[in-house]
Formats: sequence, C-alpha cells, structure tokens
Amino acid sequence: MANPFRGEVVRLYKNLLFLGREYPKGVEYFRDRLRAAFVKNKDVQDPEKIKQLIKRGEFVVKELEALYYLRKYRAMKKRYYETDE
Amino acid sequence: MTGRVLVGVKRVIDYAVKIRVKPDHSGVVTDGVKHSMNPFCEIAVEEAVKLKEKKLIKEVVAISCGPQQVQETIRTALAMGADRGIHVEVSGKDYENLGPLQVSKILAALAKKEEASLVILGKQAIDDDCNQTGQMTAALLDWPQGTFASEVAVEGDKVKIVREIDGGLETIKVNMPAVVTADLRLNTPRYATLPNIMKAKKKKIANVKPQDLGVDLTSRVEVVRVDEPPQRQAGMKVETVDDLVGKLKEAGRI
Repeated sequence: MANPFRGEVVRLYKNLLFLGREYPKGVEYFRDRLRAAFVKNKDVQDPEKIKQLIKRGEFVVKELEALYYLRKYRAMKKRYYETDE
Repeated sequence: MTGRVLVGVKRVIDYAVKIRVKPDHSGVVTDGVKHSMNPFCEIAVEEAVKLKEKKLIKEVVAISCGPQQVQETIRTALAMGADRGIHVEVSGKDYENLGPLQVSKILAALAKKEEASLVILGKQAIDDDCNQTGQMTAALLDWPQGTFASEVAVEGDKVKIVREIDGGLETIKVNMPAVVTADLRLNTPRYATLPNIMKAKKKKIANVKPQDLGVDLTSRVEVVRVDEPPQRQAGMKVETVDDLVGKLKEAGRI
C-alpha cells in the first residue's frame, strides 16, 4: 500500500488513540470502535475520498477535545460554584 | 523586566476518579490511581502561554514539586506551550507533608532566582482545596496579588486583573512583579495533543532540590485522620400532608 496518504492516516490514528485514553466509556471501548472505523475504510483508494475521511477524523479530534473540556468545566462549576436555584 | 512568567502546576488525582479513603484512614488511595494536572493549574498555564503568544511576556517556566512522576505534569505544561520546566524534587515523607506553606517558600525562592515578572498559579488544588499557595507566595515575596482572576491584562509594567468575588467582579491594577491565581472562567485551556507532547520532549526540565533553594520543608500541620463524607440518608415518601407533619414531629423537626 504505497499510498501517499499513509503517513497522514497513521498519524491521525495515533492521535485519536492518544485522545481515547480519557474517553468516558473506557479506553477499550474507544479503541475497538476506532479500529473498526479505520478497518472499514482500509480499501479506499480514491485520493479525494481519503482526504475527506482524514478531514472527518480531524473533526472527531476536535469533538473529543471539546467533550473533554466541557466535562471538566461542568464538573468544576458544579463542585466549586453556587448555582442560582 | 525579564518578561519571565513562572507557572506552578500540581499533579493531583484526576478529577473524574472516584476517591477512596485508605482503610487505616491516614489518607486517600493514590497507588495505581490516574493522576493529571490540577484543572486550575491548566488554566494558569494557558494564560501564561496566551501572554507569550501576544508577545507581552518572553518566557514561560513550568514548575512542579514532588517525586519523579510530577515530570509528566511538567511535560503536559511544556506541550501546552511552556518553554522550560523546573522539577523541585520532593519525595517520601516530605512529599506527604508538602503543603501550601512549603510550596510557596519554594516558589518565592524560584521567583527571586529566575527574576520573574509574574507568577501565575491555579486558585486551588482539587485535592486539598487549600486556596493558599498564591496568597502565601505573594506575601513571602512582598508582591501584589490578584487572586480569583477571570481576566488578566498586562499594560506596560502594570497588570489589570478582574477578580471574581462574592458580590460580582472587582477590577484592580497592580504593579509587576505580581502573583496571579487563576479562576475557572479565565480561559479555555488547550488540549495537550500527541504531536505537541512529542515536540515538547526537546524542551528542558531542570532538577532542583529544596535545600539548594534554602527552603525548610518542615510542616506545622499534621493530618490526624481522613474520613469519607457521611452517607446521604435515603429519602422517604409520604401519602398525605398529615403524614408529612407527623413524620416531621417524630423527627423532632417541628
């Protein structure tokens, strides 16, 4: 598979795997789904399609970062600040 | 002004972990438990890095006190954009007894040594909830302090700080060098992604011992006992208002 995008795809996978360590449902749950998602697309050859999939992966990275931030922010807000009720 | 900012980062048990008290009630279980950077320290690092990106300050130095493992926390700060790290080695009994007084003495010594313009800390740690280190550090240095900061603006050799206080917001202007402690709404910390962590491996972490800074770590506080909070009593459902009044009378409430 001498695909020019191979490096980018592997890097994306590693970044997502790294992010998965903090996933609320557990790192195994995340890793299984991550692997399944990548394996499902392993035979894609069209460069346009690959670029699209990489973009989707990068989108997921941003979504995860936002998820982690919101979780933490909400937990801190709940623990340390009075709610007006 | 050197334009150097020191940021203190503390390694604490991760905020999402369920805390368990040791069977002998001497503390909480930390072995094998996930640790990470104190959330308020993350906000402090982010603020320092933001100031550097705006070219208002020149260098961000991340500092942590503790055993080998705190280097992970310093590495996270480096991945977020700090330029270099200082690991103050404290382990064993000294680490168990390390509290705000000792840490503030260490930070004060380092602030003088590094000729810092600003020391930014998290307002409190989520493990001990002391909310003292920033204040003590400022007092030891005889520097002005802006605590519970929700906004920080460097204006020449002064800092304008908006503080979150009970009545609302208070804006103060202090001379530099100063100590600032970060509150929740100060900023949104960036995530230390894998590529950034890889890049940060090239940055240096210096090792220092408290003795080298002339700091005495003796604690004046002794933890006597640690207990879990009392279990919440189960609620009771009643059918009528009279039942409710009856139960309240029984419980001696009315």
